[in-house]
Amino acid sequence: MERIGVFLCHCKLIPPIDTGRVFEAIGNKPGVVYAADYEEMCMAPGLERVKEAIKDEKLDGVVLTSCSPALYEETFRHIVTSAGLEGYQMVVAELKGQDGAKEATQRAIEAIESALERLRMSRPTVSSRVPITKRALVIGGGIAGIQASLDIADAGYEVILVEKTPSIGGRMIQLSETFPTLDCPQCIETPKMTDTGQHPNIKILAYSEVEGVSGNIGKFKVKIRRKAAYVDWDKCNGCGICQERCATKALAEFQQYLDLPGKIAHRKAIYIPFAQAVPMRPVIDREHCRYFTKGKCGLCEMACPVGAIDFSQQDSFVEIEVGAIIVATGFDLMPKSEIAEFEEDPDIIDGLEFERLLCPAGPTAGKVIRPSDGREPKEVVFISCCGSRDPEHGVPYCSRVCCMYLVKHALLYKHAVPDGQAYIFYMDIRTTGKGYEEFIQRAVEEDKVLYLRGRVSKVFRDGDKIKVWGSDTLTGKRVEIACDLAVLGMAMLPSEGSKELAVKLSIATDEYGFMTELHPKLCPLESTVPGIYLAGCCQGPKDIPDAVAQGGGAASKLLSLFSQDEVILEEAAVS
Amino acid sequence: MNLSYYPGCTLKTKAKNLEDSAVASMAALGVNLVELPRWNCCGTVYSFAEDEELHQLAPVRNLIRVKEVESNKVVTICSFCYNTLKRANLLITNDPEKRNTLNTFMEEEIDYNGEVEVVHLLEVLRDEVGWQSISQKVQLPLKGLKVAPYYGCTLLRPQAVAIDNVERPTIMHDLLQALGAEVVDFPFATECCGSYQILSNPDFVSHCVWDILSSALRWGAEAVALSCPMCDFNLGQKQKELRQTHSGFKGIPILYFTQLLALSLGLDPEVCRFELNYVDPRPLLESKGLLRQ
Amino acid sequence: MRVEISTKRIYSDFVKKVEEINGQTLPPCYQCGKCSAGCPMSFAMELLPNQIIRLVQLGLEEDIAKSNTIWICASCITCSLRCPRGVDLARVMEALRLITMRKNIDHVKISEIPQETIAELPQLAMVGGFRKLTA
Ligand SMILES: Cc1cc2nc3c(=O)[nH]c(=O)nc-3n(C[C@H](O)[C@H](O)[C@H](O)COP(=O)(O)OP(=O)(O)OC[C@H]3O[C@@H](n4cnc5c(N)ncnc54)[C@H](O)[C@@H]3O)c2cc1C
Ligand code: SF4
Ligand code: SF4
Repeated sequence: MERIGVFLCHCKLIPPIDTGRVFEAIGNKPGVVYAADYEEMCMAPGLERVKEAIKDEKLDGVVLTSCSPALYEETFRHIVTSAGLEGYQMVVAELKGQDGAKEATQRAIEAIESALERLRMSRPTVSSRVPITKRALVIGGGIAGIQASLDIADAGYEVILVEKTPSIGGRMIQLSETFPTLDCPQCIETPKMTDTGQHPNIKILAYSEVEGVSGNIGKFKVKIRRKAAYVDWDKCNGCGICQERCATKALAEFQQYLDLPGKIAHRKAIYIPFAQAVPMRPVIDREHCRYFTKGKCGLCEMACPVGAIDFSQQDSFVEIEVGAIIVATGFDLMPKSEIAEFEEDPDIIDGLEFERLLCPAGPTAGKVIRPSDGREPKEVVFISCCGSRDPEHGVPYCSRVCCMYLVKHALLYKHAVPDGQAYIFYMDIRTTGKGYEEFIQRAVEEDKVLYLRGRVSKVFRDGDKIKVWGSDTLTGKRVEIACDLAVLGMAMLPSEGSKELAVKLSIATDEYGFMTELHPKLCPLESTVPGIYLAGCCQGPKDIPDAVAQGGGAASKLLSLFSQDEVILEEAAVS
Repeated sequence: MNLSYYPGCTLKTKAKNLEDSAVASMAALGVNLVELPRWNCCGTVYSFAEDEELHQLAPVRNLIRVKEVESNKVVTICSFCYNTLKRANLLITNDPEKRNTLNTFMEEEIDYNGEVEVVHLLEVLRDEVGWQSISQKVQLPLKGLKVAPYYGCTLLRPQAVAIDNVERPTIMHDLLQALGAEVVDFPFATECCGSYQILSNPDFVSHCVWDILSSALRWGAEAVALSCPMCDFNLGQKQKELRQTHSGFKGIPILYFTQLLALSLGLDPEVCRFELNYVDPRPLLESKGLLRQ
Repeated sequence: MRVEISTKRIYSDFVKKVEEINGQTLPPCYQCGKCSAGCPMSFAMELLPNQIIRLVQLGLEEDIAKSNTIWICASCITCSLRCPRGVDLARVMEALRLITMRKNIDHVKISEIPQETIAELPQLAMVGGFRKLTA
């Protein structure tokens, strides 16, 4: 390009820049014939000036600067094309950061230089029209993925829902009751799971994972691995006789591997993960199944009335074509062992384990017991921010839901053990959702939950008790509580395998593995790749209302794409 | 194998039992601890201050002694010496500016740029000798002896000098296990004994010591093993007083890990110099058949 | 009496001195109290370690001087190890001790220590104690 113009924006979002120095530095770059600065280039008057300059100066290439190229690229492109240039003749450089003027200026110069370089390499593009395959892929069958699937299916489009565990439901179906209204997931999530399972437009591929993805918005080709369940799910009718007959027990994923007295939380080696599973189909866990470990058994095979057991089954693959994808892979909790100053002990558990102990449909039928000896705990300590807000040893961010679920735990515990006492160690109580603050006030007033303001430094067993060393900074006392059970509010992490999945999808993640949204404020549902949307905790910690809202939002983004018949793709022309 | 060895002041006086048992045991394991020439006091406690380079002279001079004998590693046995030398060494390695100041100041010495590695004897046992070959050389397994390993502060903190996992160390556990002892894990294994506060606040030290010992006893320990002469003094010498203030407390022997090592390697118990221990461990060891009467 | 907080106080020479000697700034402390919860000596301290940091943040030197805390600290580094914000509190304690000791104020008087204690103590306790508690 022979006549390049550089437009420097300096609004309040951009750190103060010495424009004189910038112009000086870039003025003699090859091809640069025009440079101008303007406050708020992204607003109508600024855009108008760009347009005029392109015409007046007969520019054949422009570099624009912006606090957020992702957000403004479209707007800029409209203006540049309306002035007669083509898309490839424009590059947007990012100006951002909180440095002082000196660093900011240097960074601006570097950003513009690199944009000029990109502009020089830029070649005319050809646009092609691609018909949209009006079928959606949803990855992850938690509440966010379920909501998205139902909304898309109800709008009349086909959905393929891939879930890596044997059943959809996600974390929510493991919960006892949910804040702030205390309805149980069995009552409010199960109907959605059933609808999803029975919807004519939804095909659930449970016990499956995405293997590879190619293509672009409108037409992605996706290869899916269906893990061997060693049960022919087409023949199986979900009667469950197999798991009744199986004689081998193992710790259960659904019960968070809780090891309770009498093995009451164990499952069998062939198992349907929980009573409301969708699909209601068993899988064999090779690591424990006697047929695989000892070479002989086959009790389930003998028991199955329809001959569905198939020890020779292998992983299989299916390939599908979809027009858009929603990622809803949720979260995992940081392992308790990461908090090295807390001992590992059966009576030091995390929030999800406690959910299983509280759950009326759980292994104890909602009776709260200590995993070590089955006794009812009379004093329980709940510890917030375990791993969260700890840049030195854990993660710097706030996990957002622990404040609420720990107080919910305290309250439900009091309902289960009325003569018990609940203590909560906290740093700040973060309850910004609707009805949340009232919920906490109720727990303090009615259930006498005692809040202690401070972090905990050590948790260890002392004979029959678990000792917790914390402090109450409000009184300036260090405190010790000898309790029966300690519950850790562990940090939320992206679910295992998120980074690998993101690589397959070519979408960006942050350093923890949470999927990055296109813009932190204005594009919370879009990933960094067109046609791939985000919902739920895969994008960051959130509670159920937010996960559902985002699931619905992602679905409507996808539906607005499906309301068109084709997309325009631009590709560099082969010269 | 020859290894340069820095004893430090206390091992030459009050903690002779630590030095003698260590040197003899290592010889039995084929490691010859060669004492550094012209060593000086390490300064005991590392100075935290940013503007006190001069306090680093003492430890750094000792590292220079090591460099002079053309050794690239120095072994310490006292936990405090380990901590001070190791941290001074880290400072020299990581802070070119301070390194320069110190080298310029000590113009009579050769320049020191962090060429020496500072290790603790437990690390030598783990990394160079190995638990397996130790257990093969055990003549008298410490069977039935319930010992609680106590680490204290200076082997583990700060993180940068920790010889093992800072919060959940196992190195001394592993050694005692190799010697055939019954290892007692207890929650106070890394709690501070009160350290140098013995000088100005001995009563507070009693408090810390009671917490540690009573916890070890609750978890079934018959003896405590450690590597630090400061902890040894506090945990041992304080027991006289604790017997009076806590009825029912009968005392618990505190042993250097090297004494247990020497004993189980079948060395002459003389090298253990049990007479220097603040609480005589001999009756306990005799009752376990580990020491002839 | 109300304590006056002003820029004069929070950017005072005292605060600068503490930051200079200990080599880190103190705003990162978010007053979680974890340091105090784990401090083995806090049972004997008039002010908890986190309160000391807070007082430094506010520039309230006199309150720190009035309390025994910095002289009770045993430099065990448990606080620094566990601080979620990377505050090296053991260093701050040392800086505060030094600020006093550099005014030639000793915390222990060698002459007042009983002869038998001196005979009994191992060398490292003596040297260590004197280095931490005397000018
Ligand atoms: C202890 C605890 C208590 C809570 N209590 C409440 C409460 O009372 N009220 C409330 O509002 N919120 C609560 N929450 C938060 C709530 O659990 C989440 O907001 C909600 O589960 C988020 O849903 P999701 O669909 O985003 O993720 P998830 O529930 O984690 O679902 C993700 C799904 O994706 C699947 N998956 C993961 N990776 C892949 C992959 N690579 N391929 C295919 N599938 C994959 C998973 O198996 C899972 O089924 C609580 C959280 C915790 C930890
Ligand atoms: S642990 Fe760290 S952040 Fe918490 S109060 Fe202490 S110094 Fe401050
Ligand atoms: S270094 Fe001092 S303040 Fe910190 S935990 Fe140890 S004794 Fe307490």
